[in-house]
Amino acid sequence: MSKKYDAGVKEYRDTYWTPDYVPLDTDLLACFKCTGQEGVPKEEVAAAVAAESSTGTWSTVWSELLTDLDFYKGRCYRIEDVPGDKESFYAFIAYPLDLFEEGSVTNVLTSLVGNVFGFKALRHLRLEDIRFPLAFIKTCMGPPNGIQVERDRMNKYGRPLLGCTIKPKLGLSGKNYGRVVYECLRGGLDFTKDDENINSQPFQRWQNRFEFVAEAVQSAQAETGEKKGHYLNCTAATPEEMYERAEFAKELGQPIIMHDYITGGFTANTGLAKWCRKNGMLLHIHRAMHAVIDRHPKHGIHFRVLAKCLRLSGGDQLHTGTVVGKLEGDRQTTLGYIDQLRESFVPEDRTRGNFFDQDWGSMPGVFAVASGGIHVWHMPALVAIFGDDSVLQFGGGTHGHPWGSAAGAAANRVALEACVKARNAGREIEKESREILTEAAKHSPELAIALETWKEIKFEFDTVDKLDVAV
Amino acid sequence: MPFQSTVGDYQTVATLETFGFLPPFTQDEIYDQIAYIIAQGWSPLIEHVHPSRSMATYWSYWKLPFFGEKDLGVIVSELEACHRAYPDHHVRLVGYDAYTQSQGSCFVVFEGR
Repeated sequence: MSKKYDAGVKEYRDTYWTPDYVPLDTDLLACFKCTGQEGVPKEEVAAAVAAESSTGTWSTVWSELLTDLDFYKGRCYRIEDVPGDKESFYAFIAYPLDLFEEGSVTNVLTSLVGNVFGFKALRHLRLEDIRFPLAFIKTCMGPPNGIQVERDRMNKYGRPLLGCTIKPKLGLSGKNYGRVVYECLRGGLDFTKDDENINSQPFQRWQNRFEFVAEAVQSAQAETGEKKGHYLNCTAATPEEMYERAEFAKELGQPIIMHDYITGGFTANTGLAKWCRKNGMLLHIHRAMHAVIDRHPKHGIHFRVLAKCLRLSGGDQLHTGTVVGKLEGDRQTTLGYIDQLRESFVPEDRTRGNFFDQDWGSMPGVFAVASGGIHVWHMPALVAIFGDDSVLQFGGGTHGHPWGSAAGAAANRVALEACVKARNAGREIEKESREILTEAAKHSPELAIALETWKEIKFEFDTVDKLDVAV
Repeated sequence: MPFQSTVGDYQTVATLETFGFLPPFTQDEIYDQIAYIIAQGWSPLIEHVHPSRSMATYWSYWKLPFFGEKDLGVIVSELEACHRAYPDHHVRLVGYDAYTQSQGSCFVVFEGR
């Protein structure tokens, strides 16, 4: 039926608040936590979010009538109270699939978290979750390899993988840097990692680093008889330089490269992931800048959304926090988004912060990486929380060993294997952590010294961003 | 005490992936791991290889994967039979997971020389 053009400003809720709407399986659904300006009704705020993140603008425009806007508009279909919070509420919004370009996470985010976040009628706005319809997921390539392929390539089974970031993170020459890589890998780690800040600085140009690291990896592999790798950071100022570094890593026969997906950007990341699939390379993903976006409980984007976006954009390993270490993250929330990385179906579960059922179809899984302020005493908790499909990374907890990085690596490897063995034998490894580690240390002087070195270190601060629960 | 005397020398060891950093398992400890494999619903699988080829992706199967085998004793006697037939080979036990097409568990039970 044709409509008449009626110039002026309409209330958003007349068009975009549709409580009777039943979302389609193909709709992209989003849950926003909204905090409106005082006096603005919830429905109006929620409808404004739906409008400004889809088809709407502040004024009625004649050209709307050239199309069927009802087909394209986003709709707020539900409003819910936030438990324990009187000033904010959840708005659930459904977006038709045709609003988004196939395979483009960039496009989805540009719409959903674009202008709307600066909208004056809102004090704060936080994107809590997105339900990606399977129809959209099937248009994304996702992880270049996934968990199963990575295990097969690296020959690592039945346990979490073990890694470590090279320290000091800045200032080492290429040759000295390769030395530290070699020490860690010969000591029993599976992977070492470029720090995110390492790109190609004056003290260590990337080509020089790649060559020395490649020799370190090959030597350690030959001497230990185990598969080894180092995440060569290909994050660069331009996509051209990024690909040049990736090509060189491949030329050197290296198994894995690395990218910083938020500072580097989703478009660069998706491109590099596709390059990795084509060239048989694993892709490790760092998340620098995430806490700027995800830490405030009322504004920004929750990390579960950023994690889902990474799985779609592509990566074989993603940093998720440690729960127990020096960086922010509570246990239930972390378990919630780890599921989003690894499982093929994740049911709605508010106790884990998952607002929607999420069907991932055939998309490969991503290893969860726990890194930051962890040491051997944390090992039992880490194995219990993260399970086998994870990479546990001890930086200070490796290099800080009194005998050096190789002994630190060995201590971590012994502790890890002792925990896995005990778990498999049916023991409660978190409760019995002291016994398990002490027993293992009897056969490993490296572990005994590590246990002594880090016995007092704890990071017990309250989490800033908690799950919303009534108090 | 001079600093040097408190620092130990870490010698690189050649290991065979998972559990390579633990002392050899006792009979009971091997039973525990087999029980775990069976309890997970995985199929036990035995593979062996000459130590000179230990880094190869494909080790020889001992017979075929023991699909659906739930008897711990059967797996133990197959492990021993494989070790008797190839005394100089590494023998490993795999918990094969058909759902993920991966190995839920994998470790060397007998080290060859």
